[in-house]
Amino acid sequence: MKPAPFEYHRPGTVEEALAVLARHSGDAKPLAGGQSLIPAMNFRLARPAVLVDLNRIPALAGIRGSADGLRIGAMTRQRAVERDATVARDAPLVAEALPHIAHPQIRTRGTVGGSLAHADPAAELPAVMVALDATFDLVGPRGRRSIAATEFYTGLFTTALAPDELLVEIAIPRPAPRSGSAFVEVARRHGDYALAGVAAVVALDDAGRCRAARIALLSVGDGPVLARKAAQAITGESLTAEAIKGAADAAASQDIDPPGDIHASAAYRRQLVGVLVRRALQRACERARSH
Amino acid sequence: MAPPPRLVGKRVLRNEDARLLTGRALFVDDVRLEGMLHVAFLRSEHAHARLKRIDVSAARRRPGVVAVYTAADLGDYWRPGPLLVPPPPIPGLEFHACTQVPLVKDKSRHVGEPIAMVVAESRYVAEDALADITLDVEPLAAVVDLEAALSRGAPLVHEQLKSNRAAHVIQKKGDYDAARAAAHKVITRRFLYDRGISAAIENRAVAARWDARAEELTVWDTTQAPIPIRNGLAAMLGLLESQVRVIAPFVGGGFGPKIMMFYPEEVLVPWAAMRLGRPVKWTEDRRENFTATTQERGQVHDAELAVAKDGKILGVKDVFLHDSGAYDSYGLTVPINSQCTLLGPYDVPNYYTEFTAVFTNKTLVTPVRGAGRQHGVFVMERLLDFAARALGLDRLEIRRRNYLPPGAFPFNNEIIFQDSAPLVYDSGDYAPALEDAARMIGYEKFVREEQPRLRVAGRHVGVGVVSYIEGTGIGPYEGARVTIEPSGRVRVATGVGTQGQGHFTAFAQIVADVLDVPVEGVHVVTGDTREFNWGTGTFASRGAVVAGTACHAAAVAVRDKIVAVATRVLNQPPEKLELAGGRVTVKGAKDDGISYGALATRANPLRGAVKPGTEPGLEATAYYGPDRGSTASGVHAMIVEVDPETAMVEIQRYVVVHDCGKLINPMIVEGQIQGGVAHGIGNAFYEQLVYDDTGQLQNASFMDYLLPTATDVPRVEIAHRETPSPLNPIGLKGVGEAGCIPTGAAFAQAVEDALADFGVEITEIPLSPDKLFDLLKKTRPKKRNVVVLEGSFVFAGPRAAVWDLLQDPAVLGTALPGAMRLERTGDGHYDGLMKVGIGPVTAAEFSVRITLRDREPPARYGMIVEGKGSFGFTRGTAQVALADHKSGTEMTYRAEVQVGGTIAGVGQRLLDSVARRMTKQGLEALNKALAARL
Amino acid sequence: MPDPKATISFELNGEPATLAFAPHKTLLEVLREDAGLTGTKHGCELGECGTCTVLLDGTPVLSCLLLGLACAGHRVTTVEGMAAGGRLHPLQDAFAELGAAQCGYCTPAFLLAAQALLAVEPRPSRAAIKQALAGNLCRCTGYLKIYEAVELAAARLRGEDATPARETLYGHA
Repeated sequence: MKPAPFEYHRPGTVEEALAVLARHSGDAKPLAGGQSLIPAMNFRLARPAVLVDLNRIPALAGIRGSADGLRIGAMTRQRAVERDATVARDAPLVAEALPHIAHPQIRTRGTVGGSLAHADPAAELPAVMVALDATFDLVGPRGRRSIAATEFYTGLFTTALAPDELLVEIAIPRPAPRSGSAFVEVARRHGDYALAGVAAVVALDDAGRCRAARIALLSVGDGPVLARKAAQAITGESLTAEAIKGAADAAASQDIDPPGDIHASAAYRRQLVGVLVRRALQRACERARSH
Repeated sequence: MAPPPRLVGKRVLRNEDARLLTGRALFVDDVRLEGMLHVAFLRSEHAHARLKRIDVSAARRRPGVVAVYTAADLGDYWRPGPLLVPPPPIPGLEFHACTQVPLVKDKSRHVGEPIAMVVAESRYVAEDALADITLDVEPLAAVVDLEAALSRGAPLVHEQLKSNRAAHVIQKKGDYDAARAAAHKVITRRFLYDRGISAAIENRAVAARWDARAEELTVWDTTQAPIPIRNGLAAMLGLLESQVRVIAPFVGGGFGPKIMMFYPEEVLVPWAAMRLGRPVKWTEDRRENFTATTQERGQVHDAELAVAKDGKILGVKDVFLHDSGAYDSYGLTVPINSQCTLLGPYDVPNYYTEFTAVFTNKTLVTPVRGAGRQHGVFVMERLLDFAARALGLDRLEIRRRNYLPPGAFPFNNEIIFQDSAPLVYDSGDYAPALEDAARMIGYEKFVREEQPRLRVAGRHVGVGVVSYIEGTGIGPYEGARVTIEPSGRVRVATGVGTQGQGHFTAFAQIVADVLDVPVEGVHVVTGDTREFNWGTGTFASRGAVVAGTACHAAAVAVRDKIVAVATRVLNQPPEKLELAGGRVTVKGAKDDGISYGALATRANPLRGAVKPGTEPGLEATAYYGPDRGSTASGVHAMIVEVDPETAMVEIQRYVVVHDCGKLINPMIVEGQIQGGVAHGIGNAFYEQLVYDDTGQLQNASFMDYLLPTATDVPRVEIAHRETPSPLNPIGLKGVGEAGCIPTGAAFAQAVEDALADFGVEITEIPLSPDKLFDLLKKTRPKKRNVVVLEGSFVFAGPRAAVWDLLQDPAVLGTALPGAMRLERTGDGHYDGLMKVGIGPVTAAEFSVRITLRDREPPARYGMIVEGKGSFGFTRGTAQVALADHKSGTEMTYRAEVQVGGTIAGVGQRLLDSVARRMTKQGLEALNKALAARL
Repeated sequence: MPDPKATISFELNGEPATLAFAPHKTLLEVLREDAGLTGTKHGCELGECGTCTVLLDGTPVLSCLLLGLACAGHRVTTVEGMAAGGRLHPLQDAFAELGAAQCGYCTPAFLLAAQALLAVEPRPSRAAIKQALAGNLCRCTGYLKIYEAVELAAARLRGEDATPARETLYGHA
């Protein structure tokens, strides 16, 4: 298990990186943290002819808080986000989800943007960004564009990112007033790909009813799944145990068509989604009420 | 006589740690030699396939490649490997030996079997060259399921045999049928017990150097048994045994499969080094380890327990199937361990046990830590649990009533054990261990107070308590040489290899006690055939018992020599001499005396000082060969909490009371047990090798084959009991495997107890959350090893048009995602090329073949789609039916998709999604083509 | 055949180092083959076992998932660099004292992962230790003695005069 040879580039700026990508259209692969790409290369499942190492582009890393919310550079290490006080305050869902990603060694190296662009259906961060209604900034030869996380994910390991584009920044809106979030997942072992997981954000109105809810699921579809029926079921409702259960049942029965594998059948995944959506909504509601 | 133990029984720090903790210890993969070449193996992607042609010419031409070998290139060196453990002399035993071959010649019998060997200047180049080799293989139906393997007309793993039956063994004690007739109740169940890989963190490795001038071959090998490997290699290569030196340096975990297997790589690397005249090294990678290193796998037991009203065991009957894998080189050790260990610490007056070992197209089965013992323990302990429930008895009470009493030993079970000796327990004291474990885990309070209280609160907690015995310390023999050097330092050499058991310390403790020297002054060498010429190896929990006792005997002989030389040198009678602190002194005159080092010098006589019969040196070699093994025992108890909504299980407490006779080093023993328990927990809930119906391993990586991590293993609370073995002077019994033997049985009992409200009965290990979910829902478990696509699709067009469309290669081509071309090569046959990639996987070319069959126009047909590329292969079989529909034509389909090669091993979690996506894309493309046509 | 080699300079175990190697080599191979430091071990090359853990600028990374080239200008620490001034690191001492190493193959990785933890968390809870080590597989020990050793070393690094807990030394009965 050794990588096959490749041509290696280590640009210092986004522009240089884009130029290399453009020059090797389709054959070049950006290297972020490498925690998914290099294993695939070790197995020779990935054999990129050209690697464009983004690790020496200082402009791509960093966390900035602003009145609008949080901006996270694509090359910010997951470990840095996990330990960041601003993230914990302004995007607690991200902070809650991060420890579930693999292991410390992986998070030390793995980047937020790398995970988002990789678009593994079992990954935590894509679902979190969908739940948070985050926006991704992409840069390419045709300029810079912003795209909602929900629109970014187009299928199994496929995204709106063109081969000559880079994901450069993620914008997470400020939490709404009287809102709360929760991340829960079930994995075989800590750090494994979840059998199912839920990222939920709930905002309450003055009467304590659900004003808005965004519930994103992982590991139960081709990518992060926005559970629209579940959100509909609870929006405008008082957050009683029955209402929450109704939303959870809607998620399990209407929002997903989960795959099965050796670790979990489709039926088991459905069951988990029902349980986890319920638990996530309960927790998110408690947090929203305490705000 | 030796003094009472000073070090044996103490927490002595390990002599080996200074090297291991600093990264200085030499492992085989660390061997680097001038001019060394590196090896990669081309391995079978198919579980069962005829090898029709192999072309290695392009690989040979690749720059940096030094040699490529196929079976044909091996000449006379190609021969099946040795039968390593001939079956024991059990009357009526049937056994068919089929041992593994170095390289596939005519057909491959399991995924991962080596077909060709590439030797190159670097591992990178060697792996590059694997892609240059072209094969023409004809896939054959694979033998996977044990019962199906024995059915008439099953494909044969070995054609020369009439069936896939590898062995059949019946052992009996007493008269089970009579016991059954007299029983108050008979408990009957079917049990499945599957196991997994050893998962030593160090993969296997072999390095070899042929010194043509010295005519000496040196082989570094991650083996548990260097001496048998040396002997075998010498014979195969036509060398004197003294010309071959096998070194098992530090070995990163063994757990069974690094035994003297004469693996193909182990046999071929030294051969290539001699042939090429350059050092050669091969290091297994993890992917290879999953299919090329031996495993332990499933048994299916149909068992029954006949009990009296008071819970006394009247008899046990057990009939089981055992998966041998593709070859049975290691004989019947594993299933015989199962049938012998089943009896446990109990008085079972009547026993009927019968097994059939079955050849399958899977990796070879050989002992893995526990070596079949846990299968037997699981069956017996579960039967007792079910009997207790049926009789209204407490789980502990039924065990108490059946333990062999302390006066029963030696106790003869009247059947034959794996070491060919009768199964006789040497000593034991079982009931107190149960009481200790019950007290430590708070059994009474738990079942009477805590569990009911928590249950009311909606929490599902359960306790499991089980017993086991383990036959350890079997023969044939080990030896040791103890030498006192003129420096006064003591050297101990023994033939066993070491894989983390602390031999450098435990043996040093034994010798240091006998000689009364500091333990740090005893230098132990294991695993180097130049240092010691005779022995067997480290396996079957025997190292400490057998080699340890040999060390003891050699040390006693050296002590006698010290006394003899000192008698002469000090001119004092032996009874006036005292040995302490590395010196011999005369009683009453402590300051006078002589060091062992000085005595060692004096024991090497100069000219004129040699008398007839003089043996030089303070050195002795001794051997120990027990005529039977010693029997360790213990009780494990655990408390679990189950979340019935998610089917996740948390182990909250784990208690072990074990008895391995006299302890040499409690720190080492605890480590062995804690590690064993972790392995057992893996076996109970995390680890299972999942093979599909074609013999493809679906979880050939640590991503999907789940070893317990630090967050999954509970604190293991250990209490020691010491019932010495009467078979050796120290009273030792083995402990290496004990920790993992009863874990599955305890886990099943505890989980079942926690889920008592749900009426769940557990007869299968390993469990998993997924399986537990099925048990909780009382749904029939689905096959987990195949992707099934079922669905329907409505085409916007009439049925005849749809039918025509589906036969048109041009249209079919558009339906295949990534198809580059598709041609009709015959009626219902299409060949083509497609390029598929997904996510991080680079798009790769697959040759594709589509076969339509059983066509009934315009209603239904069958379809086989086969793809083959550098990442492996895929095969889909589909049944398709067309029916008229209000909006056109409705197609209903059911397809099964299987994959092989790399994608099977690491890609299974995505298989369902990928297959579904490709189906959807294909159908939509067809519909579009239909619209264009209409 | 031999790929054109790339040359990088970095700090290896506290010393400046310059190495030339094929650009597609992972740090694991560079350390073992080009730097001759074989204390860092192969495990799975998939990022699932943690056996190849080294420290990059003091933080734990998997050397099998990191290109050697990525280390240019950075600080790499392997197990060979843990002992300083002829003295073992307190973690190494504690591992020996409590029997936390058995076969020793995974041990260097555990030592380094633990060292990185203690650098940022001098008083970690047992849960924090488990989380920090959850990416490292060990088949021999069952982990218990490993996290007991980490706790002991942590106490000593805090300057406490720590001895192992009684149950750690004498069992439970």
